[in-house]
Amino acid sequence: MKATTKMWIGLAALVVLSPLGLILPAKLGAGSAWGEWSGEEIRKLVGYLPSGMARLADLWNAPMADYALKGQESAPLGVLSLSYILSGVVGVGMVTLVAVLIGKVLARRERSDAS
Amino acid sequence: MHIPDGYLGPHTYGPAYALAVPFWAIASQKLNKTLRSRQVPLLALGAAFSFVIMMFNVPIPGGTTGHAVGAVLVAVLLGPWAACIAVSIALIVQAFIFGDGGITAIGANCLNMAVIMPFVGYGVYRLISARSEVTSPRRWIGAAVGGYVGLNVAAASAGLMFGIQPAIAHDAAGHALYAPYPLTVAVSAMGLEHLLVFGIVEAVVTGLVVAYLQRADVSLLYRSAEKTEKRSVAA
Repeated sequence: MKATTKMWIGLAALVVLSPLGLILPAKLGAGSAWGEWSGEEIRKLVGYLPSGMARLADLWNAPMADYALKGQESAPLGVLSLSYILSGVVGVGMVTLVAVLIGKVLARRERSDAS
Repeated sequence: MHIPDGYLGPHTYGPAYALAVPFWAIASQKLNKTLRSRQVPLLALGAAFSFVIMMFNVPIPGGTTGHAVGAVLVAVLLGPWAACIAVSIALIVQAFIFGDGGITAIGANCLNMAVIMPFVGYGVYRLISARSEVTSPRRWIGAAVGGYVGLNVAAASAGLMFGIQPAIAHDAAGHALYAPYPLTVAVSAMGLEHLLVFGIVEAVVTGLVVAYLQRADVSLLYRSAEKTEKRSVAA
């Protein structure tokens, strides 16, 4: 098997294992990444919500915010884990598609793969 | 390290975009000259790997989380310009689809993780691996150290971006308009957690994959390290 094929399989395994990146922080009481707090968390940390932040924070409404489906804010960890995997599949699919498109446009053609 | 919307004022995210755009332009030009059709799947693999590895939030018990980025690994396989494109794709998808990193902060986040990180890390890798054999331990050690240094410089840069906000933009009451922590706090918080924890994770991931490729398919490393370079010099 080609090394790149094996690497794609490894990548798929990582997607399946990705909920570890959700479950371990939850179990070990680790919160947001530094500098990635929600408005509420900021208010607790510094006592106020910076006005510019309040204005810009909700500029964009991401379709799968926080790698979850809409309305899952209080779903149990198991459900969130499945959404996390789904997010991994969607994300890897989109990233791959965009990279292949950009790569095809940029890459120079060679005689060997002119077929 | 994904700076969200609202943490940087226009005075920072604007120039960050302005700085990132020429890198994207030059990267496209470089790839246009050096990327072979056969390498396109590897570019996609690198972008996808970067996306997935960033989902693995590593917890500091009772504290914050962080993650590896994979930018130096992609740079070792395909060169820093390709890494710039690959990681930028991952970051832009993360921002638009998953709200991970702000839309206004795409320039800043790409500057940190898709420009500074792969170039610094690749530089360190080249320095350590030097003219060693492709199978030499100096290659995976160089990649691991490159990953460590690259991630840390990127984190320091993100800390700098956070940290200059309250000095630049605050109201009459002294309240920050954007990210509220001063430079010393922001840089030392971002710096320490990456120096002590997340940088190690990046080093292990980068070193392991390179060591694996040295045994599985050394051509993936060799091509990028020497031939691409000779070609681009000749071009």
